[in-house]
Amino acid sequence: MAQTKEISLGDTGARAAKAHSNAQAKVVAADETVSEVNSETMALNVGPSHPTTHGVLRLMMELDGDLIKKCEPVLGYLHRGDEKIAENMTYNQFVPYTDRLDYLAPLANNVAYAMAVEKLANLEVPERCQAIRMISCELARISSHLLGVGVYGMDAGAWTVFMYTFTEREKLYTLFEELTGARFTTSYTRIGGVARDIPDGWLGRVNSFCKGVIDVLDQVDKMLTRNRIFMDRTVGIGVITKEQALSYGMTGPNLRASGVDLDLRKDNPYMMYDQCDFEVPIGLNGDCYDRYLMRAEEIKQSVSIIRQVIGKFPEGSYYAEDAKKIFAPQKSKVLSSMEELIQNFMLVTEGPQMPQGEVYFEAENPKGSLGFFIVSKGGGVPYRMKIRGPSFCNLSILSELIPGHFLTDITVILGSLDFVMGECDR
Amino acid sequence: MSDIDKSRFLSQFDYLTERESSDHVALNCPAGKLIEFCTSLRDEFGFDLLLDVTAIDWDVATPRFTGVYHFYSTASSNYLRVAADCPDNVNPVLPSLTSIYSAADWHERETYDLMGIRYEGHPNLKRILMWDSYPYHPLRKDFPLAGIETPLPAEDVAERTNLKVVAAPMMGGPFHSSGDGKMSQTEPSAKDESWNEQSSK
Amino acid sequence: MLNQTVAYDSKVEGEVIVTKADAVINWIRKNSVWPMPMGLACCAIELMAAGASRFDISRFGMEVMRFSPRQADCMIVAGTVTYKMAEVIRRIYEQMGDPKWVVAMGACASTGGMYRSYATLQGVDRVVPVDVYISGCPPRPEALLDAMIKLQEKIMDENSAKNLIKVPVNKDIRKDALST
Ligand code: SF4
Repeated sequence: MAQTKEISLGDTGARAAKAHSNAQAKVVAADETVSEVNSETMALNVGPSHPTTHGVLRLMMELDGDLIKKCEPVLGYLHRGDEKIAENMTYNQFVPYTDRLDYLAPLANNVAYAMAVEKLANLEVPERCQAIRMISCELARISSHLLGVGVYGMDAGAWTVFMYTFTEREKLYTLFEELTGARFTTSYTRIGGVARDIPDGWLGRVNSFCKGVIDVLDQVDKMLTRNRIFMDRTVGIGVITKEQALSYGMTGPNLRASGVDLDLRKDNPYMMYDQCDFEVPIGLNGDCYDRYLMRAEEIKQSVSIIRQVIGKFPEGSYYAEDAKKIFAPQKSKVLSSMEELIQNFMLVTEGPQMPQGEVYFEAENPKGSLGFFIVSKGGGVPYRMKIRGPSFCNLSILSELIPGHFLTDITVILGSLDFVMGECDR
Repeated sequence: MSDIDKSRFLSQFDYLTERESSDHVALNCPAGKLIEFCTSLRDEFGFDLLLDVTAIDWDVATPRFTGVYHFYSTASSNYLRVAADCPDNVNPVLPSLTSIYSAADWHERETYDLMGIRYEGHPNLKRILMWDSYPYHPLRKDFPLAGIETPLPAEDVAERTNLKVVAAPMMGGPFHSSGDGKMSQTEPSAKDESWNEQSSK
Repeated sequence: MLNQTVAYDSKVEGEVIVTKADAVINWIRKNSVWPMPMGLACCAIELMAAGASRFDISRFGMEVMRFSPRQADCMIVAGTVTYKMAEVIRRIYEQMGDPKWVVAMGACASTGGMYRSYATLQGVDRVVPVDVYISGCPPRPEALLDAMIKLQEKIMDENSAKNLIKVPVNKDIRKDALST
């Protein structure tokens, strides 16, 4: 059963609860005055090019003074047709497109996609490959949460936090670059394995990065967690109840901040997460402040997972060697042996051969559950692929969440939800 | 993960049939019974999370459209796939689940937008990803990947820039190849490509 | 580089430098480019990286990112432009005050990149005139800096003074304004 950990912060927690009820009272009071005055409402459009919307989200709102009465999100400004493209190419060719779904954590998307297709093929990858994938997933989570916390701080007026966390991300990019050859469009996984083995000494460098990121997290903690301005802006703002969160299909840290204990790494363990010892932080109030605490805590847990995996890093192959119809043979063999040459040729022209069937696989990504629903009629090309972007579901709550807040709260609410339009619009 | 017992569903609801699946338990449900079944899914069986709503276009087969739903239970950590065929091939309609799960709202709008399935009872069924006046449903199998020429939504901008929505060039694209034939036909190119360097459009 | 001629004339007393108007105007413009970050997709993350501590775009006088088109003079289109977004980009471009420049950052903004599909505009140059294209998916921050330096060179070569006299005010409006 999942171990859970409630975030408690001593007096801060108490203060949070108090401020929470204050804020509620404030909103109600504002509501009453409005109905008395019966003033005219004003329409306001935010986005799709606006700093608070982190991309190309657009909000159409109806304001009464400073109070938001109605909010309608408009999406689709980054709809690039990923699902249609997927139907037109082989499974491996689609890997680069998964980078660009949640472009703050591309490695995690790569892994989720590869695992979905492997589930269709009923293929088990070797332990070493799983370990590499786990480390990349958790590094991706750290990189996404670092940006999430940094940008969130920036939205609330704490620019320094952004600078600090972004510096850490640059170090991560160096690690990614070493591993995959690219800073963040990594395309690292292949169906049945990963593109290449880890470089020499890479694990050591990951280890020292982990040490550094904990230090930075402490600094961020000092700057934000008890920062008067930050707390005033976030505590009790944007409260999502458990029932709301579930009904809107939210997942990931945003759901857990509302007190629902759902983490696929614990509940439906994939790869080797069941052999790792880590805690799933759960929020108490479901407000913007909790969502910040959640991400900060998850970074620490990810660091602990990475350390455990490095501690018992398995030997062996980094791809499924016996899956000849799925994973491309080594280049040296392709150039020297006929059989491998043909195998390579078939793979490139026709794609990895899959059986018929329907699968749905979800992985616990930094933003929530990233799901792939694949319908295959056999062969190397999916018949239909549906991508469930967690940000899409997390944002659907906006039209219910935002009304009743003040205009200035939008910045923190959007910042706290930590979404990315790439996977929302696909 | 403890597996759910599908016979329990099948015996309690006689309109359900088993659906072929490579992983989770999957059930076929007639479109008319969807609301009833999903309500009891949520209330009796604890499937409190509607993860995903989508649809499949079977092209020439009948029924042509199948709506697919994925549910998750936070209590038992189980997945469930429910599929419902649309009775009509030309005007596919399914009941909307918005009254049961708020999550269905955007998902159904998306499926309507890209697949053209109407959800009866949806409070605000309009396009979500493409613009409102877009005339096609791009995920249908008869719609080409490259797109079809249409006017740009904003007329004034279209006038100043002379821009319209045109089919994207597919030649030499990073796409799938059919395998045999002449080099110019087998080089990776889009499946739906109707032209190449030998036969122009 | 004729435009950069700056001469010291010993016959004029005091702290006076004689130069061409073009050279001065361009020099001023070049060193205070205020970018408008049109962050649309993945490339926007590299744009942010260029603004953050490691690459630090402020070394070139461009760190004043302005999200309001009225206060910016160089639009950096970073990301995939969809047909739905094209309209918005054009409107924002039109709201920017002259002189203005556009940088297309990344394969998507330059040509549509890997997204050859029904929804993606195949290159932002179909809606706004582009001055510098950057290749890469995404381009590294260094590539962005390089492009910005190229843009500075381009600005140095412009006929700014001539344009100042020729282009701006619509005569009729001016007459109307004066007569009333
Ligand atoms: S060029 Fe590449 S990285 Fe940049 S927006 Fe396009 S897909 Fe993303």
